[in-house]
This record gives sequence, C-alpha cells and structure tokens, in this order.
Amino acid sequence: MSEQRDIRIRVPVLARVEGEGALNLTIHDGDIEQLQLQIYEPPRYFEKFLEGRSYTEVPDMVARICGICPVAYQMSAVHAIEQAFGVDPGPWVRDMRRLLYCGEWIQSHALHIHLLALPDFLGFDSVTGMAAEHAEEVRRGLRLQQLGNDIIALLGARSVHPVGSRVGGFHHAPDQAAVDALLPRVARGVEEAAALLRWCAGIALPDDHQAFTSVALRHPAEYPMNRGRLVASDGLDIDIADFDDHFEEQHVPHSTALHARYHDRPYLVGPLARINLDADRLRPEVRQLLVETGVRFPSDNMFHSLLARAVEIHESLLEARDLLAAYRHTDRPWVPVTPRAGVGFGCTEAPRGVLWHRYELDEAGRVVTARIVPPTSQNQGRIEQDLRDSLLAFGLDHDDAALRLRAETVIRNYDPCISCATHFLRLEVERR
Amino acid sequence: MTADAKPRVAVHKFSSCDGCQLAFLNAGEALLELAGLVDIVHFAEAGPVDPAAVVDIAFVEGSISTPEERERIAAVRANSRYLVTLGACATSGGLQALRGLADVNDWTEAIYASPEYIHSLAEASPIADHVKVDLQLWGCPVNGRQVLAAVASLLQGVPPVDDRGKVCQQCKREQAVCVMVTQGLPCMGPVTRTGCGALCPRFGRDCYACFGPAENSNTTALGRRLEGLGLPPEAIRRRFLFISNGAPEFRAAAAQWGEE
Ligand code: SF4
Ligand code: SF4
Repeated sequence: MSEQRDIRIRVPVLARVEGEGALNLTIHDGDIEQLQLQIYEPPRYFEKFLEGRSYTEVPDMVARICGICPVAYQMSAVHAIEQAFGVDPGPWVRDMRRLLYCGEWIQSHALHIHLLALPDFLGFDSVTGMAAEHAEEVRRGLRLQQLGNDIIALLGARSVHPVGSRVGGFHHAPDQAAVDALLPRVARGVEEAAALLRWCAGIALPDDHQAFTSVALRHPAEYPMNRGRLVASDGLDIDIADFDDHFEEQHVPHSTALHARYHDRPYLVGPLARINLDADRLRPEVRQLLVETGVRFPSDNMFHSLLARAVEIHESLLEARDLLAAYRHTDRPWVPVTPRAGVGFGCTEAPRGVLWHRYELDEAGRVVTARIVPPTSQNQGRIEQDLRDSLLAFGLDHDDAALRLRAETVIRNYDPCISCATHFLRLEVERR
Repeated sequence: MTADAKPRVAVHKFSSCDGCQLAFLNAGEALLELAGLVDIVHFAEAGPVDPAAVVDIAFVEGSISTPEERERIAAVRANSRYLVTLGACATSGGLQALRGLADVNDWTEAIYASPEYIHSLAEASPIADHVKVDLQLWGCPVNGRQVLAAVASLLQGVPPVDDRGKVCQQCKREQAVCVMVTQGLPCMGPVTRTGCGALCPRFGRDCYACFGPAENSNTTALGRRLEGLGLPPEAIRRRFLFISNGAPEFRAAAAQWGEE
C-alpha cells in the first residue's frame, strides 16, 4: 500500500449491543496490527453462586444471567437436571417448552432486527430515527416483539425472568381462554413474519463472503431448539455430553469473557449457523418462501444472519400457531422428581446460539458444580476473525468514521449479548 | 432545563443482566411515544451513546462491582437532576450481591490466566451505597408500568406508584389461593414488596421475593413459619439470600438461621 497511516480507533461503548464491550483497532502500515474486542462487563460469578443451591432454585437463578434470553438459561438448566435425575417430563411439557422457546426466539430476533441491526443497514442512528421513515415496518416489528413476549408470558406470567418453569415441567398450565385469545394474534403474526422476511430479503446487505465453521444442534425431525445432537459444518456429530472433547474455553487477557474454541479454531453459533446446518428441517411453507424471495442457505455471508433471524421468526410463529391450536389443558403440568446424585448435561439453542450447561448434583439435589458455556463467548473468536476479514475486504483506506461504523455493524450483526459472555468461570481453587 | 426544551433522559448500565432496560425496549408504542416526549440522550443498548451527558433523569440499571463503576456512578450523579435506580441490582445489589458473602479474590486469581486484567470489588453493592438516589424502583425485573409512572411522576409531579404493601396483600386483592396454606410452599409473599401483581402465587407457586423486602415486614415470624413447614435452617437462610440478598432486612433475617 502506498499510503502510510497509523490509526488507532477505540470505540469505548458499543451502541446497540446488549451489555458493554469495546473495540480496539490499531492499523499500522496498511495492515491490522492489533484488533481486540474488549469485554469489560464485570464478572458476576454465577457458577459459584449455584454451588450448594437446591435444584429447585436453579431455574430462577440462571435466568438472571441474561434478561434477553432467560428462557434459554432456564431450559438448558432444567434439561440438564432432569437428565441427572433420570426424569422424562413427557410430551405435554415438551410441547409447551417448545412454545415457550418460540416466544423467546420471536421477541429476541424481532428486537435485534428492528432496534439493533436494521438502523445500520438502512442508515439510521437508532430505531426512533428509522421509525420516522419506515413507520409501518417498525410498528410491525414492535408487534412481533410484543407477540413473542406474550407467548412467554402465557407460560411464564412475564416475559423477562418468567416464573413458570420448574424441574419436571411447569408450575401452571394456561387456561384454555388465554390460549384462545392468543391464537388469532399468532395466526396474524405468521402473515406479518412472512412480510418481514420479504422486506428483509429486499434490503441491500454487504456482500462479504468468509470461511467459517458453523456449529448447532441437529434433530432428526425438528428445526433445532431444545434437543438434538451437536453438529458442525465439517462433519462433527456428537452427543452433547461429549462437548469437552472438542470444545475448549480459554481466558483471553483483554477480556473478562472466556473464549471457546473448536479444535483450537474459532467457530460460529447462532441463527446463521443453525440455518446453514438445519435448513432441511424448516417447515415447507418457510422453505417455499425462501425460494420465492431468492434467499439461499447455506450462506457464507455473515450479514445473512439478519435474514436467518427473519426466517426463524416465521418458523417459530408457525410452530407456535400449531402448538396453540393443538393445546389441551392439564391439571398436572409437571411430573414429580426424585433427586439423586449424578451429572447431567443440557444444551439448547438460545436465540444467539448453543447454550451448554453441565451440573453435578448430590443425593439431595444440591448443586456440587455448575458449568455454563454461553453463545457469546463461543462467538467471540469468530467476531474478531470476522472483523479482521471484513475490514480488510472493506478497505483500510476508508476514513476513521467509515471504518468504525463498519466494525460496529459487523459486531452488532452477531447480536452479542455481552452480559452473558462474562458470567462463566471455571474454577479450581487450591488452598494450602 | 429551559421551558420549551424536552426533558433529557439517560439510561446507564452497570453490573446487570440487561433485563430492566427491557422495560423500555419492550414498551412498544409507548417507547416511541416516550421518545417523542423526552430526549433520550444516552441509552447504549438502544442507540444513543453519550455517557457524560447532563440530563434531567438518569435511570441506572445494575450494581457497583468494579472500581471503574464506582467512578462512573459518581459522574452520572453529578450530571443528573434526578437519579432513579432500576430494579433489584441497582436498588439492593441483585443476585450477584452474594459475592459479598464469599472471597472473590480467590476465585478471580484461580480462574483467570491474567488476573491483573480483572478489576473486581469484593462486593456488588447498590447504587445508594455510593451516591444519593432520588427514587428507587424494585423488582427483578422492573416492569413498564413502574418505569413509565416514574417518568410521569418526576416530570409532571404525579405521585409515584405506591408499592409499600406486601405480595401477600396483593394475593388477597386478586383472590389468589394462598400457596402456603393450601400447598405448604415456602412463600416469601408475607415479607415481599408488592408491585408484580402477585405473579407467582397466581401461577400456583411460592414467591421468591424478587421485589425485595416490604416495609415493616416480620421476617422473624416468616422464618419460624418456614421452619414449621419443615425447612431446615440452611434452606431458610437461602430463602432470604436470593434475588434480594443484599437488602439489609434479608441479610439480618438470614443471619438468624446460621452463618456462612
Ligand atoms: S434487577 Fe434483575 S432484571 Fe434487572 S438488571 Fe438486575 S438481574 Fe436483571
Ligand atoms: S410473586 Fe414474588 S417472586 Fe414472583 S414476581 Fe412477584 S415478587 Fe417476584
């Protein structure tokens, strides 16, 4: 490169990112000398707090790790504990957990698309600016978000830190009347979600192709949400209990988050990884719509995460509609559980990707050790790799403001939930 | 604030799960309306970033758990006419206040390859331990009704929502079946501040006190009641040391049932 430039860009507070992080970028002689996504969210030591707590307390504690995806935390935890106790809560509970999870995907993805991501692609600072010009689309987005929240509240009484889940099932089965009231709104939501996908498919996204490994759950029949095996785009196919044989968490000094690596390489989890690996598990209506809109998966363009989220909103609303239409009230929304000593694993697909839990419990059902690997710590290595590649492809000779905006856009595209990423510490204290 | 300028509002985050900020982001139409009535000048999660802005109302989510946060909250206070705490973390330290009962340095040094990068205080403490707070909102999370009422109250002088009663009384008003009497569940409703609408008992489960201690509540009597239900002392202690464990009333109640 002829031009010589030393640039140091520091973005101290990343806008439209959940949690707090910063980016340090040093460009020297036309090359990236240093690039660090700094996470300075203080550690909240949740895994330590869980030790000694009864299994009955775990779902309400782990929810507090993340206010955007509390359902995912509760689901990975109850599955792990039920596995340790040898409990099968049966088909009613399984269906309702899927419904609950649909609610979380819908609200989280709708929030991300409209409030956090689209302003970048349409050239606004925030949703309020965007609302002036795209009033109808923004209102539709807020309605979808609300609908997701209301599905969660049907089963959990509120959408943030819902109170309905327990080991063995649910505390409460919704009344038929509440289900009947929600069903027509969900049916309308299906149409709105299809319109959202059509709209998103028409938005010009950066054309940036990259090589990366996708990792997600895969189930014989379902689009992956709360069960299945862990698979990767390079052919990996393992039981969730074997996670540690292939994935490793490391402490990177510039961050309070641990970075997870797959066979010592960064990897991708989340909506794009899921759709890349499981597009054949989408409902026929959704696949049809993809054909109509000309959107192709698998995709190696990270910016297609936006479309993947829209696809998953559509899929989730169809699933929610079917589950609500088939709903039957029960007087026993949970099965009794008997604690026993053992180890259990839980792995579900949080809106942002694989959320892996492992619990060791004693004979009274108290937590001996807990380990939680959240999506954002898995994606962090990938984000840094992506930033490097995309900024080089974008051209380092752009001015600082343009580089900064592109870097922020890349980061926001992963919907990083920085609060989640920093609460997880594996610990071995040796005292002498 | 000049007469015709819109009031300026900021939302600041400290150690938290982001759940309380969602009271704004989940408000839907009300959020767009609010954005029309006030100038939201700092709200990193929603877009505007200007942490040093001088504002009329600063909403603060999260507890103080690092030296940097301690400095930042002082600056927020200096720049704000009213400071409102948003939820359990900001108001009583949140679940992570449990760290005050343990030795965090041991943890950090054992875990991180480079502990010098981890700046952590021994406690995760409420905002009011550090600066003057004008209005405290309880709840984990706070709900939209509380937040919008707080804005109305500060800007238009409407009296704030009265949440001094107990969840237990709310149950009676809602005609919810008492889960302690009928199912023998260790419900915290008798000592927990109202504001949620008695969500848990109405779902057939015990309240776990996510809205913090109610005023003048008899934690000693509740502890004995829980003992009568068959809970061992350690379980009674844990009941008080949950989401609102940092509240002095609950710390004191827990101490009656054993030390860490
Ligand atoms: S009070 Fe609860 S919901 Fe609010 S930020 Fe803290 S943990 Fe999250
Ligand atoms: S009943 Fe208790 S635990 Fe449940 S939401 Fe209300 S205050 Fe929180």
